[in-house]
Amino acid sequence: MPAYSLLINGKTYPVDADAQMPLLWVIRELVGLTGTKYGCGIAQCGACTVHLKGAPVRSCSFPVSAVLNQPITTIEGISKDNSHPIQKAWIAEQVPQCGYCQSGQIMSAVALLKTNPQPTDDAIDAAMQGNICRCGTYPRIRKAIKRAAGIPPTPNGQ
Amino acid sequence: MKNPQEITRRDFIRQAGLSGVALTLGLSRTVADKTTTEIINLQTASPPGIELMSWISIDKSGKVVIVTHRSEMGQGTFQAIPQIVAEELEVDLDQATIRFAPSHPEKYGPQPQEGSFSVRGWYKQLLQVGATAREMLISVAAKRWQVPPSECYAENSHVIHRQSGKTVHYGLLVEEASALTPPQNISLKSRKEYKIIGKSLHRQDIPVKINGTAQFGLDKKLPGMLYAVVERNPRFRGKVSRFDATRAMAVSGVKRVLPVQRAVWGSLYEGVAVVADSLWAALQGRKALVVEWDDSGFEHLGSEQLDAQMRENLKKPIPSEQFEAVFQNAAKQLEAIYETPYQSHSCMEPLNCTAHVQDNRIEIWGPIQEANWIQADLSERMGVPKERVKVNMTFLGGGFGRKAFTDYPYEAALLSKAMNVPIQVVWTREDDMTAGPFRPGGFYACKGGIDTAGRILAFQAITATQWLGQAWSPEPYPEPGPLTYNTGSLEGMPSPYFKAIPHYSFGGVGTRSPIPVMWWRAPTACTAGFAGESFIDELAHLAGQDPMVFRRAHLPDKRYQALLDRLEAISNWKSRGKNSGWGVAVTECFGGICGHIVQVSRKPDGTLKINKVIALMDCGWYVNPDIIRAQVEGSIIMGLGAAIKHATTFKDGKAVERNFTTYAMPRITDTPEIEVHIMENDEPAGGVGEPGLPPFAPALCNAIFDLTGKRIRTLPFKLNEV
Repeated sequence: MPAYSLLINGKTYPVDADAQMPLLWVIRELVGLTGTKYGCGIAQCGACTVHLKGAPVRSCSFPVSAVLNQPITTIEGISKDNSHPIQKAWIAEQVPQCGYCQSGQIMSAVALLKTNPQPTDDAIDAAMQGNICRCGTYPRIRKAIKRAAGIPPTPNGQ
Repeated sequence: MKNPQEITRRDFIRQAGLSGVALTLGLSRTVADKTTTEIINLQTASPPGIELMSWISIDKSGKVVIVTHRSEMGQGTFQAIPQIVAEELEVDLDQATIRFAPSHPEKYGPQPQEGSFSVRGWYKQLLQVGATAREMLISVAAKRWQVPPSECYAENSHVIHRQSGKTVHYGLLVEEASALTPPQNISLKSRKEYKIIGKSLHRQDIPVKINGTAQFGLDKKLPGMLYAVVERNPRFRGKVSRFDATRAMAVSGVKRVLPVQRAVWGSLYEGVAVVADSLWAALQGRKALVVEWDDSGFEHLGSEQLDAQMRENLKKPIPSEQFEAVFQNAAKQLEAIYETPYQSHSCMEPLNCTAHVQDNRIEIWGPIQEANWIQADLSERMGVPKERVKVNMTFLGGGFGRKAFTDYPYEAALLSKAMNVPIQVVWTREDDMTAGPFRPGGFYACKGGIDTAGRILAFQAITATQWLGQAWSPEPYPEPGPLTYNTGSLEGMPSPYFKAIPHYSFGGVGTRSPIPVMWWRAPTACTAGFAGESFIDELAHLAGQDPMVFRRAHLPDKRYQALLDRLEAISNWKSRGKNSGWGVAVTECFGGICGHIVQVSRKPDGTLKINKVIALMDCGWYVNPDIIRAQVEGSIIMGLGAAIKHATTFKDGKAVERNFTTYAMPRITDTPEIEVHIMENDEPAGGVGEPGLPPFAPALCNAIFDLTGKRIRTLPFKLNEV
């Protein structure tokens, strides 16, 4: 089995894995970081979103062999003490319900604000439409992203 | 806050990290009468035979541990239950530790997480537990100060003597208090006196849900644990005729391939499990597995046959002569049929369960919605005494009724027993979406007659669905009987309608099908509410009346009149213009009443857009308004999915939709502006997690009729095709 050296959240993890093994299972099973979630296995729901060189990827459909030397960030790498502006906004707006999809939601939101610090409503929808939330926390996700970006809420909180 | 922990009474004190003596109070079934509860302390409960249901415990350092006996699947129980206890106990919730209790019906009372029951079923007892502990602590302090207890009060974990200003921390009182017999029937605070109930305190489970540390079922790991995936027959009741494991066993990491059963109501479904040292290996092994199925002996139904059967069944009940006589003579008559599809629960966390079976003992961990039922089912099927079956709840990545079902833990227990190691069974999204049980589709035939004054004279609803109850019982379905006359109801329909409608009639016919069905958020009301509130709207238009005015005339009840007043006010109902369509619907289920107003308009390209949803929830006495708002927002979006995004269909005895590509979920781009309001009144606590869902679909279709004149009677429909 091929050996890989993965840089995850600033730490190096040597792993032996089948080249086709999706990054999701490598992260969850071989590295042991379980904050990244399995939702659909076909890049449709976004629960498995991680950052590869800062950009969001669906780790369930991304073979470990394609990572090469690019650094990976998972939800555990955002901040341990919930101090990231997106995490703070997630608390202020009380976004999660069941919470299962929220790692992926947060990874997508963090990536959005990195490239677009003042997103429009349409830009927020476009960046977040790949992440499904069965509990329906979308209205709060919108509000929280605006809060983190310092955009004042429009009437009725939209 | 910590992750859910597993606790037994024996090691409660140790695990809770309480230092030494503690005042521990719990709810207990009385010995004489299993249906009532009383408050007892740990000393009393220690002799065998008496078990505590829900605990609070305060140790000498003043640390408070609250054990909640209800599962947390997003609905906020984890916050609401401690918030209730802390109010009467007079402690700061942030200083309290909250833990899950494992299954034990005798100990905790029924734990099923359905019917929106957590708060409405338990709040009075929980308030009593908190108040009783507080009064015990006050009485110890009063005795110490030699003052009457009535001169003392409690605040923020301290007892205070009003006159002298003396204060003492709870921690210094617990030792003496723990020796007291709890007083009974402590009077509770009035609502005006509440400090934390009624406030939007932040949920205690959110910090662990935003940094990856919350533990869900799939995150459970045990030493020596192996992973299993199961190839289940895509047809519901097929049997394994043979399987070839040669190629699967050749996959590195695969340990064993073996047949396994899954119990679905009275039937045992067969599958073949691939067990491996990693989930990835198990998944690869499953791909290489060859299974031949025996699919004889049951009908390979498709949606077309099911739908046809339901339409046919609507005609079967014997008409009520009394109702027909009135209906035929009404000034105006209307008949309409409404059709709703089967649905998948599709929780974001696919089903999974970790089981360890050893020495006549079973322990399971997982996203468990129905701990007692699962415990009883495992005990019975595995032949292990109930007290040796321990069910541990992790956080649930969604539940919605699906994770109350007993099938997935049984499968895991069978595999653990066969393998003699802990086993985690993981369902893929495709497994989760195609195996069922599903929400049953429901078809409804409605008849209504209007009198010359424009009031409803006669109302009838016939239901054809796959009853949930029928799946419990293997007996043949009963022949349809006669329709009732002036008795019965339609789930979700506000009860005061029947004070205003002089002639009404109900009945239903079960549908035979091999498809397993189960509760789905707001069971029955989620489909029947669409029929009921769409048809009321149709009758309003038949009578030539404003739908809000018409509802007001037919809901002669103070609580409903207040709800409609407020709904009109918050939506500015009378201001609606010609360029948008507004629809209203009000349903009642699980102790909660909810009204929605949906506003739609045409986009420049001519397609429809949902502009806004205004919801008004009347759940009576409530704990945390922000959790209510969150639940109603989520209910609206889940209702939107079932109305315009997805359905499970069947072909040749199999579910067609296998993943989110074909079962299209509502996404952020589908989300309208949502505004949620809450009624303030002195009604008893009602449900919160479910009543917000049923009004959405009828309110949407009523709005579309208002704008376009087109009546939608079949769900789901495509919004951009109307």
